[in-house]
Amino acid sequence: MSIRNNRAWLFVLPALLVMALNAFIPFITVINYSLQDILPGLPAIDVGLENFQTVLKDDLFRNAFVRQLGFSFLILLIEVPLGVAIALALPKKSWRATVSLIVLGLPLLIPWNVVGIIWRVFTRSDLGIVPLFFNALGYDYNVALNPVDAYWTVVIMDVWHWTPLIVLLCYAGLNAIPDAFYQAAEIDGASSWRTFLYVTLPRLRSVLTIGILLRFMDSFRIYTEVFLLTGGGPGTTTTFLSDVLVRKAVGGFEFGYAAALSLIYFFVILVISYAFFLVLTNVSSGSRTR
Amino acid sequence: MKPRRLWVNVLMIVYFLFLAAPLAWMLSMSFKTNAEILTTRSLLPQQPTTANYEEIFTEPFWRESFINSLSYVLLNTVITLAVSVPAAYAFSRFSFTGDNHLFFWLLTNRMAPEAVFLLPYFQLYSAIKLFDTPYAVALAHTLFSIPLAIWILEGFMSGIPREIDETAFIDGYSFFGFFRKIFLPLIGPGIGVAAFFSFLFSWVELLMARTLTGVNAKPIAVTLSRSLGAEGWDWGVIAAAGVLMIIPGAILIYFVRNYLAKGFALGRV
Repeated sequence: MSIRNNRAWLFVLPALLVMALNAFIPFITVINYSLQDILPGLPAIDVGLENFQTVLKDDLFRNAFVRQLGFSFLILLIEVPLGVAIALALPKKSWRATVSLIVLGLPLLIPWNVVGIIWRVFTRSDLGIVPLFFNALGYDYNVALNPVDAYWTVVIMDVWHWTPLIVLLCYAGLNAIPDAFYQAAEIDGASSWRTFLYVTLPRLRSVLTIGILLRFMDSFRIYTEVFLLTGGGPGTTTTFLSDVLVRKAVGGFEFGYAAALSLIYFFVILVISYAFFLVLTNVSSGSRTR
Repeated sequence: MKPRRLWVNVLMIVYFLFLAAPLAWMLSMSFKTNAEILTTRSLLPQQPTTANYEEIFTEPFWRESFINSLSYVLLNTVITLAVSVPAAYAFSRFSFTGDNHLFFWLLTNRMAPEAVFLLPYFQLYSAIKLFDTPYAVALAHTLFSIPLAIWILEGFMSGIPREIDETAFIDGYSFFGFFRKIFLPLIGPGIGVAAFFSFLFSWVELLMARTLTGVNAKPIAVTLSRSLGAEGWDWGVIAAAGVLMIIPGAILIYFVRNYLAKGFALGRV
């Protein structure tokens, strides 16, 4: 279908150059760090792969890693179906569509530190309205002391913050489906569930791939909001990978360790994202454009 | 369309209440004094005050950092679109050696955990003498915005039949003439959506913006987290700044909403 033409590289070149400046040079620096033992004020010592071994044996890393995986899959399980459902239910025209779209955009437009601060105030037992609500129901909600409350508050915050992204992407995708498809399904007497499964969902594949990958990658790197909401606590209930990373790199000056950790981290996201990418692009691969 | 059922409406109402609740709380807080925030918890301010907003509008550092933020965000959007439109065109119209790998590689750049890349970024941008300028932040943010923009634009462009290109060339358009007069207007919606997402991710990012700026180019999100009063956080001012920071994006989404409604075509994936 596409024309084979290697001069197309010329079109990609400007983007590639800008990306390379940002991607290659810092990446190489990080690889360098990961192979060294760096202490402030002293020359760096080459230590080979020792940092990688330390990271992989470290319980702090292992626990945070498992917690991170659980968190990322949990929020995908909540945000993706919820986002698709909301996008399907959104009004298509009139002022209500305008208002809905703007309200949906708002959480996405708030800087991440403000998101963390809002949720902190919203849920703090001495300032917030959420504890009042739960207390009225007879549940002693305390985000600072109760690990269960803290964990679910972080999950709910992320659902609040990022489901709109899935909704906006799916809404745009839904609008690209020609009405004729639905009319054909109706003539064939398909139930609404089967119409969704065989007409709507396959046509949403493209936007859902973007949405799922973005959410997976970004949730794996979540830091600012959680740090401001719970500070990783109570205990280590909400200590995710970036939190470990920042503690080591900024707090502990363990650059070698942090660099090795971030390369492992990067590799894990890469592998899982690639798996998602392959699965999502090969489902109903008959309609692939190339 | 099928008739809307009751549970759909219930779902929508519950969801939008959930969406609005923290925002309403923030809006309400922005009109309260710190004393009231710390002592009483009411949905509406008991003694509404605009002091928080007045503080923001009268202090020059708030205005300066707002302009700083806006300038690197706009710069980022411009750079992103300028390089992404041709790249997306190449991906949607041609196949070339390594195209699929390149496409995925672009995306992998979103995966880098920021925290450890901060120091290398600081070193890099200090070395090329861009530290503490909007250019540094704008360029650094392209790491996230270009891959996404290319992806979105490629989806829109693939929805435009190749026959349009061919017809234009037969009609004697030069490549640039075709691009400017025919193609760009056709993918207007895609450019709108890509611009929106570039703006969004640059506007809300904080770690990198903070690392790459000193005094001159300090972004508003950083100013915000430094507004610590003598007794700790100045909650009212933070809430007011939060409310104000939503406005530019809200205006933008108002303008691109129709493009969002036009939707993505089926792209590469």
